[in-house]
Amino acid sequence: MGQITLSGISKNFGAVQVLEGIDLDIRKGELVVFVGPSGCGKSTLLRLIAGLDKPTGGTIAIDGRDVTPVPAADRGLAMVFQSYALYPHMSVRQNMAFGLENAHLPRPEIDARIAEASRMLEIAKLLDRRPGQLSGGQRQRVAIGRAIVRNPTAFLLDEPLSNLDAELRVSMRAELAALHQRLGTTMVYVTHDQVEAMTLADRIVVLRAGRIEQVDTPLALFNAPANVFVAGFIGAPNMNFIQGVVRGPVEGGVAVTAFDGRVVPVDAAAGALAPGDAVTLGVRPHHLRRVGPDEGLPVTVHLVEALGAETVVHGRTAEGQRILAVLAGQEPLASGDVIALAFERRQTHAFDKDGLRVAGN
Amino acid sequence: MAGVLGRAAGVLAAPVAWAAALVDRPMRAWQNATGTNGMAAVFLAPNMLIFGVFVLFPLVINIAYSMTGGTALFLPDRTFVGAAQYERLLSCADYTDPKTCEEDQFWIAVRNTGVFVVFQVALMTVVAVVTALILNREIRGRSFWRAVFFFPVLLSPVVVGLIWRWILQRDGLLNAALFQLGFTPHVWLTDRFWAFAAAIGVSIWAHVGFYALIVLAGLQAIPKDLYEAAEMDGTKPGRVFWRITLPLLMPNLLVVIVLALIRAVQIFDEVFVLTGGGPGTSTMFLTQYIYEVGFASLLKNPGLASAASILMGGVLVVLTLVQLAVARRNEAKGKRQ
Amino acid sequence: MTGTVGQFLLRRRGGRGWHWTDVFTWVWLVGGLVLMFGPALWLVGSSFKSPAQLAEFPPTLLPYVSRTAVVPGHDKPLPLFVVKMENGETRELAEIRRIGIVAQMVDPAKPGEIVRVNIQNRTPAREIGLATGNYTEPFVHFDFLRYLQNSVFVTVVATLITLVTNSMAAFALSKYQFRGRSTVMLLILATLMVPLSVILVPLYSIISTVGLFNSLWGVILPTVATPTGVFMLRQYMLTIPDELLDAARMDKASEWQIYWRIILPLTAPALAVLAIFSVVWRWNDFLWPLIVLSRKEVYTLQVGLNTYAGELNVQWHYILAMTVVTMIPVVLVFVFLQRFITTGIAGSGLK
Repeated sequence: MGQITLSGISKNFGAVQVLEGIDLDIRKGELVVFVGPSGCGKSTLLRLIAGLDKPTGGTIAIDGRDVTPVPAADRGLAMVFQSYALYPHMSVRQNMAFGLENAHLPRPEIDARIAEASRMLEIAKLLDRRPGQLSGGQRQRVAIGRAIVRNPTAFLLDEPLSNLDAELRVSMRAELAALHQRLGTTMVYVTHDQVEAMTLADRIVVLRAGRIEQVDTPLALFNAPANVFVAGFIGAPNMNFIQGVVRGPVEGGVAVTAFDGRVVPVDAAAGALAPGDAVTLGVRPHHLRRVGPDEGLPVTVHLVEALGAETVVHGRTAEGQRILAVLAGQEPLASGDVIALAFERRQTHAFDKDGLRVAGN
Repeated sequence: MAGVLGRAAGVLAAPVAWAAALVDRPMRAWQNATGTNGMAAVFLAPNMLIFGVFVLFPLVINIAYSMTGGTALFLPDRTFVGAAQYERLLSCADYTDPKTCEEDQFWIAVRNTGVFVVFQVALMTVVAVVTALILNREIRGRSFWRAVFFFPVLLSPVVVGLIWRWILQRDGLLNAALFQLGFTPHVWLTDRFWAFAAAIGVSIWAHVGFYALIVLAGLQAIPKDLYEAAEMDGTKPGRVFWRITLPLLMPNLLVVIVLALIRAVQIFDEVFVLTGGGPGTSTMFLTQYIYEVGFASLLKNPGLASAASILMGGVLVVLTLVQLAVARRNEAKGKRQ
Repeated sequence: MTGTVGQFLLRRRGGRGWHWTDVFTWVWLVGGLVLMFGPALWLVGSSFKSPAQLAEFPPTLLPYVSRTAVVPGHDKPLPLFVVKMENGETRELAEIRRIGIVAQMVDPAKPGEIVRVNIQNRTPAREIGLATGNYTEPFVHFDFLRYLQNSVFVTVVATLITLVTNSMAAFALSKYQFRGRSTVMLLILATLMVPLSVILVPLYSIISTVGLFNSLWGVILPTVATPTGVFMLRQYMLTIPDELLDAARMDKASEWQIYWRIILPLTAPALAVLAIFSVVWRWNDFLWPLIVLSRKEVYTLQVGLNTYAGELNVQWHYILAMTVVTMIPVVLVFVFLQRFITTGIAGSGLK
């Protein structure tokens, strides 16, 4: 139970196309995170799954049954909203019971489910309060509780942690992960925060401008981003991108001229790149290391952020290319210093002129 | 009071909830048939049905009525006369003198209404602004004083008319007070001039609290630091009023004036009860003219009344459009600030 | 004592002296107090006076009633008079009868002894008291109880219908996307321009055609689809987040349930304000009921009172009392709910 299949989904609001050609298979029990910049259509996609909006084209199936024409109430899903959407005039208990009463469940069953959920979420003491009397974190728990009592086929969560302060967000994130493990129910989770996506997801769906850019596990996305957008979006701080030109083949890849004439070997499949092709190299700031003066790329330091455990260096190459490096430990650097940076070939990503990954092997 | 209301609501809750649940069944069936958005029609229906039958439809056929003659009430029974009713209303030898008009009563009503509107709105605006300025000062018990001026606003026009008829009658309180002070009592409501003045005064008495409240809201929206800045500059209070308060109050004041104009054009109830339009026709206003011609007089002429009401409606539409334009301009200004 | 009270009342902020504007402020406020409440209080005071007292000029400030005494040997209580005796002493005697200029009087303490007094030498013994008959008689002998019932019926029913239909329409106009929505909004907006007085003739004919002439429903129906109410409620409902509705839909609530269980409770403050306004409006309505109602049995208080004041010009004591009765609900609203209304008006500028 809990398999959701989207095929060929598109959605227009008037003349504006918000989603286009979405195909996705969410497996049973999986926690899938939709991530992307604001306006990418991730919340719209969630609302389509929920049944709150109808797709312009394509079909939605839950456990093999086509539910595209089925109204939200009859899809067996539960949703946690960004604003929590707790009914302000009802007590916590009434909030949780409302949906069950509408489904005409017997009273003892309703009470049992509320008791179970409130014990699990530690909100038993709050049952008779109104949402207005709760803190942000408590409201969040109630919103989740309201979803849990429904025993849904899948949970839909729309940026559920975005209204919490940073500290609470981290602890709620862990609780959500634990909850998912415990319930084993499918969860679809929308966020614009890629850290949340990385820490929670079984698989991440990266969306941009109404299209799916890549679907994979967090580490696969991190290690092998399918294109420049995904590479730039996943991982913090953002990946450094350097423009270059293919010079010729080398063992297992090509040699690329970048950085003012320097030649860098990168992995690439044979024949994927021809000499003279434009190429974009990507290196994560964490993968840059400091080396001796003549062994690497000389970079002039502009700004140093000493975080204690690591040192973030903002610099520029001689030709003005911006470079961000995160160096382990504490480095005694000052603005104006020139340092040399180096990176491993296997940690270098290459993208062709269309921004698509040129994979090694 | 609130407690009593709460308990009443508690008693009513069960049957009301039962009724609502009963309604839910057909509603759900409709929703399943038409989808979520189809329910919008259901929610709109009762209001729009009543609205259509009792507001919109009369509005449309009013034009038809104004082009028919005779005494029949049912529209299909009436004879078409074209613009004859309007011609009758609007033909005058000398427009400054109602006596020379074919429908002299109409022009008397127009002239009375015109004079009334000018004086009532002007005086009432001044009184409302002064009252609001005073209520905006730091006085003890401000909400009490605000309520004092608001009290007559809630009274029914009939009550207002009767109260003042009682006070202004021959043996009334006003004459008694004048008598005690050594003046000669006067029979106010049978004197053409004083009856008209009483109509203006009483309508101001009844409505000024409402307008004072709107002006007060406007005054309170003026940022306090402007006054503090003016005080730092050593500005004299009079100058503060003319150069800061009044210009910033102006948008609000325009709304008040147009609103008061719209109401003044329709003046009827309290004056009708106070003077009955008399003595003679000296306090007969447009709405009363329409009422008399269409309903009260022996020789009813619905077509003529309808034509007169359309002419009055035209004036009201113009005034309302001005009001909406002013409101929109204020809103635009508010957004820019 | 007076000094301290005076000091307290006259004390100025910051201890500065009195500016002319301060004097003007208090003159205006106290003048306003007298002018705004005075007439109504005078009405209430007058309504408790007997007809004879109402005819007095100049009138007394407070209502008085003649004192009476029960004297053995007489069935009815006798009116008491203060009598100046020939020997100069004053006594309080009850009058048995009057013959010409001589009154036969008796001392209640000594019922056997009859005293003859010139009527010039006696004045009625009065005390402050209320002629409550002014209030009870119109209800018993005239139709005022009926008028009162009619007014209550019109007010309550019209307000209930207004609340239900306006809130439903406002819900549709604030929470649904459908074709023609802006047309409907425009239509409603347009009718803000046409008050009832502009459509009297055709409305009257429609009411007659559908058989509602001389019916209280004919008074109620044209007034309930108020554009003001729809607008006010719509503005309020727009502030309710759409996510709440979505949550309810996920909770298997039907649209009607959403309206009933979610929207209505959350709109309660705006509904309360509209209810108060509607009660005052409908209670005070005059012109339209005057046209629709021509039979006495269906008169509302306002129409009944106006007709009564026209017919029985001399019976001011009843008119005054019934005016007070007509005023009572509105005064109750004023005393308990004034704050709701004033903030409502300041916020939206409606009346």
